[in-house]
Order: sequence, then structure tokens, then C-alpha cells
Amino acid sequence: MKGHLLSTEDLSRDDALVVLDTAERMARVAEASVRKLPTLRGRTVVNLFFEDSTRTRTSFEVAAKRLSADVINFSARGSSVSKGESLKDTAQTLEAMGADAVVCRHPASGAPHRLATWVRGSVVNAGDGTHEHPTQALLDAFTMRRRLGRVDGLAVTIVGDVLHSRVARSNVWLLTTLGASVTVVAPPTLLPLGVSSWPVEVSYDLDAVLPKSDVVMMLRVQRERMSAAFFPTEREYSRRYGLDVDRAATLPEHALVMHPGPMVRGMEIASAVADSARSTVVEQVANGVSVRMAVLYLLLGGSGEVS
Amino acid sequence: MTTNGSGQSWVLRQVRPLGGDAVDVLLADGVVAAWRPPGSTSPDSEGLPLGTTVLDTAGLIMLPGLVDLHTHLREPGREDAETVESGTRAAALGGYTTVFAMANTNPVADTAGVVEQVWRLGLDAGHCDVRPVGAVTVGLAGERLAELGAMATSAAEVRVFSDDGHCVSDALLMRRALEYVKAFDGVIAQHAEEPRLTAGAQMNEGVMAARLGLPGWPAVAEEAIIARDALLAGHVGSRLHVCHVSTAGSVELIRWAKAKGWQVTAEVTPHHLLLTDDLISSFDPVYKVNPPLRTAADVAALRAGLADGTIDCVATDHAPHALEDKETEWAAARPGMLGLQTALSVVMETMLIPGHLDWAGVADRMALAPARIGGLPRPAAEGWSSIAVGAPATVTLLDPSPWRVVEADTLASRSRNTPYAGRSLPGAIRATFLRGRPTVLDGKVV
Repeated sequence: MKGHLLSTEDLSRDDALVVLDTAERMARVAEASVRKLPTLRGRTVVNLFFEDSTRTRTSFEVAAKRLSADVINFSARGSSVSKGESLKDTAQTLEAMGADAVVCRHPASGAPHRLATWVRGSVVNAGDGTHEHPTQALLDAFTMRRRLGRVDGLAVTIVGDVLHSRVARSNVWLLTTLGASVTVVAPPTLLPLGVSSWPVEVSYDLDAVLPKSDVVMMLRVQRERMSAAFFPTEREYSRRYGLDVDRAATLPEHALVMHPGPMVRGMEIASAVADSARSTVVEQVANGVSVRMAVLYLLLGGSGEVS
Repeated sequence: MTTNGSGQSWVLRQVRPLGGDAVDVLLADGVVAAWRPPGSTSPDSEGLPLGTTVLDTAGLIMLPGLVDLHTHLREPGREDAETVESGTRAAALGGYTTVFAMANTNPVADTAGVVEQVWRLGLDAGHCDVRPVGAVTVGLAGERLAELGAMATSAAEVRVFSDDGHCVSDALLMRRALEYVKAFDGVIAQHAEEPRLTAGAQMNEGVMAARLGLPGWPAVAEEAIIARDALLAGHVGSRLHVCHVSTAGSVELIRWAKAKGWQVTAEVTPHHLLLTDDLISSFDPVYKVNPPLRTAADVAALRAGLADGTIDCVATDHAPHALEDKETEWAAARPGMLGLQTALSVVMETMLIPGHLDWAGVADRMALAPARIGGLPRPAAEGWSSIAVGAPATVTLLDPSPWRVVEADTLASRSRNTPYAGRSLPGAIRATFLRGRPTVLDGKVV
């Protein structure tokens, strides 16, 4: 892999497969009695989170610790972070502390790209604005591969607020790179105008797409989108694009239901569906640690074989 | 309002007016005093005033001094980013002899006092004429008209009014402004941006924005306002000037408005003639500008519009920003780019070299047309319209042959936000004369 993981758009098929294969080996570490590898001993991983995300931060923290790295949680959330100076100041601080890797979550699209020009260490994009969330896509692909044996040739349907979703973008690039055919489903207001240039099918009709889907990935829909007139009411959204029990029943038997979390139960997904056997929601969390271990391992060139 | 040229006289030996045949041009008493046969003039030639300096200007192109309808000089208020002194130095080095200073300073140029202050600072700096633009509405707030008449009758003689940076989005207020300034032959220069359609917008809405996850600034937000304002200008018979046209659709609308016979003029920036939104994939805020960089199709339409006169002129929208306002993540950065010292080069690359305009066309789009639109007072306006004998000696001389790599650190601006850093551009300004007085000689500020 190159020095940073900023997006899946520029991730080659070979690099993506190396991450997934490495993650498979990391997953075995998690299943072992001693769940720790010495490979990143003496290396420093900084979790730089400008946005609250306990789930993602914890996942990276666990991943780094399982590789024996020193972890610093640098929560930069607060009133001053909306100003750009603090991003550069923070970058200089991290430089001075000798961070080997910076895991960056930021509300502004492209912030990790800027950071990467200011620090020597590797930057891992842990979600930037409405741009990308590459490790989420990698863990989603990993989850599909573990459950269904492959990604190549799968029909994956991504449903919801594609316009504002970094998870959707990262998945579109990664899954198509890995050979899946992707359909995005949303009300037209929640699709970017340029979606026609994406390597995906576009549909406004969830019911038509579900029976042909091997995987359906539900995206969180924030209630505040309603006030900006993206859709009329929560109920109408839920009725047209929510995955309720009846809709889920039209999926093929083997089909998976995925959600990057946090879910809005009753909005985009019914509780019964989220907790059903075809749901991978909890598995995705576990797989997230394996994938993030793989990414840190590969970027930091950890020493020693992973058995 | 301004001093006449110095007593010194100059001969521009073998210079090529508008790129035509070489001639020796005598500048004396602040005017173009004579055209003499090429190469015939030496310091001891007969008929020259005492103390005439003969410059070897063989191969240089002579143009009327350039006029920029759209410059942000940042003073008062953001002297860390630019001052009238530093901005007008950049202007002179870029071949400009007049700049129109936008009103979005702090305090806003919405009173006679502020516009006179800016005007006087320009006079003191002396690098070029500074014509303040007055705000249309108090504090650029878009709520009530500023004292347009007081600014018009002030020493600054304001004729161009603009809330640039903000759109006069209220249709009734825009109508009133257009009507009101007719009393003193003013023009409203509109920043065409329907604010409801661009809330939070970060870049051109389209393929790149979809990829990069940046909120889109749709072309229709510009075009809807242009259409509305053209209709208003037609309805009340007033002059409308459209700032920084950036989309193919806007060019079509302006073409339509002109075909109706309405008094609508428009400008395009150098960066919209050259750069496209795919540069933003680096997330480098040096490419952040408002209106945003658009697509290659828009660039082609803008060049065609400038070539056929649909777009009347080039205006730089020179917008200096302090380092801390640009060395940030994309969303936190301020929009704007430097432009004064690169404008002519970009126009050469995008219009002259591809054959869309000849030198006379460049002179029209960068000097004569903006002077007309800006209502430069006579006799200066006549001078702009000609570099013939008798015209004010307000000219710029450039060497068209060299290509130079733009280096941000060598620009005269206090800021460094040029999108052309590292890029090679054609042409170099060698000298600029303002009413017979050199402001730039040998590529350096006098």
C-alpha cells in the first residue's frame, strides 16, 4: 500500500485484496487465546477525531493495541476546530510528537488529504465529511466475503442518503473495483447530481431492486435532512425507502442486510430486520477491528509474520 | 482628479502598437505626442523635448493601459492580506492602470467617507488609478440601499455599485437599485448567486462534487439571477453588469439579453477561462473561489462568449487571502484567487494564442470595454479608447515571447494564493505608463 489510506477511489484491486487477506489473518488473532501481536511495538498511532465517533475511534484503538502500538487519543472536538488553523496546528503538534500514523476523522471533506501534506506519518481517513470512509467500506467488503465467500459478482444495493454519505462513496468505489455490481436507491433529492458518472445503477424503487440483491446496505438518514426539504416527512421516507419486515421478506434467502451504524431503528430499518439472522450489523463491528489492524499493519510495515 | 504626467518624455523605440507594425512612439506632456518611423529616433534626434529618454522597446507590444473592473484591495480592514499600496503595485506590474476596488472591506464601502478614503489611498500610492466601487446595500446586508448618490457625487465619483461577495437577491431591491443609479449614469454590478440554492456550497455541482463529497454550487443559482436581472434591467431601462460569469448557460442568457437590446454587460475572470473543477481533487483550497471553477464545457463557452463579445471584458476578481485563510481544510478556507499579475498571461494563453482574439481584441476586452462599463470620466475615457496621437500616454508594454513559471513568493501582493504557482504562462509586462509617467519600467515598479 501507499503511504496513506485516504480513499477507496484510488485503491487498486490488488491493494484492496491484500488488505482483505491480511484482515483475514488478523481475524484469527482475535479468535486466539492471546489476542495481541507484537508487530507495532514502539510505534505511535494517534486517533485524531474532530467529530464524535466512539464506535470508529474505539475500533481503531482496539486494532492498534492488538498490534502493540502506543495509542494516543487526540480529541480535537470543540469550538475552535471549525477554523482551519487548528488542523495545521494539530498536524504540527503530531509531527513534534512523532506520530507514525494518524487516524483522522473530520467533518470537512478532504481534511485528511490536507493533513497528509503536513505530516510525515501515514494518514488513515476515518471518515471525512461527506467524502469517504475507506475502512468502513473495507470492513463491509470483508464482511461480504466472509459471509458469502466472495465480492466479485455480487449484486449490492445501497439505500438511503447517498448524497451525504461517505460510506456510500467508499463502498461504490471499492465494491466496483472488486467486481460487484452496485445499485444505489434513494429519493432523487438524496442522490448527487453527478451520480450518473458513477459506475452504478440508479433506482428510485426499492421494491424492484430487493429481489435481485445479494446484499442490501442501509444508510442512516438523519432526521434533520427533513428540514432542508430533502423529503416531506419521516413517515413517508420510511414507507418508500425503509427496510421493513415485509420488504426484507422479498430478498433472496442468502441475502445480507448491512448497516454501518448507528442505526435509526424504525426509520431506515425495522428493528426486527436489524436483529434478524441475515443482518450483519454486529459482525461488521468485529470485522472492523480486523480490517483496521490490517490497514495499520500494512501502512506501518509491521515486522514479523502474522500467523 | 489626478495629476498630469511628469515633465519627462519617453520614446518607445520600435514598439508594436496592438501588435501591429513597429513604430517609434513619443510620450510627452502626458500624452502620446507623436508616432515616428520605426528605428528613426535616437536621443539626439530633432524635435524631441529636452531630457527625453529613448527606450529600446523592439518587439514589445503596446496596449492601452489595462482596466480591471473587479479587484479586492482589502483595505480598510484586512491589511494583512492586501493594502491599496500592495494591490496597486501588483496591478501596475500586471499592466493595469486603473482598478475598481470592490466594496466588501471592513468597514464596507457603503458611504462617501469610505469610498473617498480608498480613492485617496490609491492616489497616494500612485501605482495606478483606483476607482472605488460602492456597496449597493448598507453593510452588504441586502436590506436597504446605501447612499448611492452621495458616493456618486463624492470625490471618488463612484459609478459602479456592487455587493460583490453577496448577491442582491431581493428582486425589488435590485429593481430599485437599477433604477436609482440611472440619475448619475451608474451601473449595478451583480454577483449573481441565488443564496437559497448555494447554502453551504463548496464547489461546482456536478461530477466532481459527487465524487469529492462537497456540497454543490449549481450553475442554475447563477443563471436564475442573471435571467431575472436581465429582465429587470430591460423593464426599467437600466444598465446591468454581471460579475464573474462562470457557466455556459450564463453566456447564453447574456447573449439573449443583448439580442433584446437591453443594456447588459458581463465580465469573465482569467481563472474561469483556464481552470476547471477537476483540480479540486487535491482538496487544495487555492482552487476555492466563488463562483467556483466549472467544467471544460463551461470554459469553452466562456472563451467563445468573450471572443464574440457576448462577454464584454475580462476582470480579475483579484482576491487576496492571508495564509491562515487558505492553509486549511477545504470547507474552512475563504474563496478567492490572486489575479492581477497573471491576467494578461492567462488571456494570452486562453484567447490570443488559440486565435480567439487578436491583440486589438485583447486591448478591447481588457482595457477599452471595462473603461466604458466603469464610466471612466472624460477625457480619460477617450484616452482609453485609443493609443493614437493625442491620447493620454496610459499604456502598457509587454514582451509576448517568454514563458515564465509563476512563483507565488515573487508576486507583489501581500498574499500568496495564486492558483498558477508552478504553472508556466506566456508573456511578461515590461513597462506601464500612467498619463506619461512610468509606474513600471523593465518589469519593476518605479
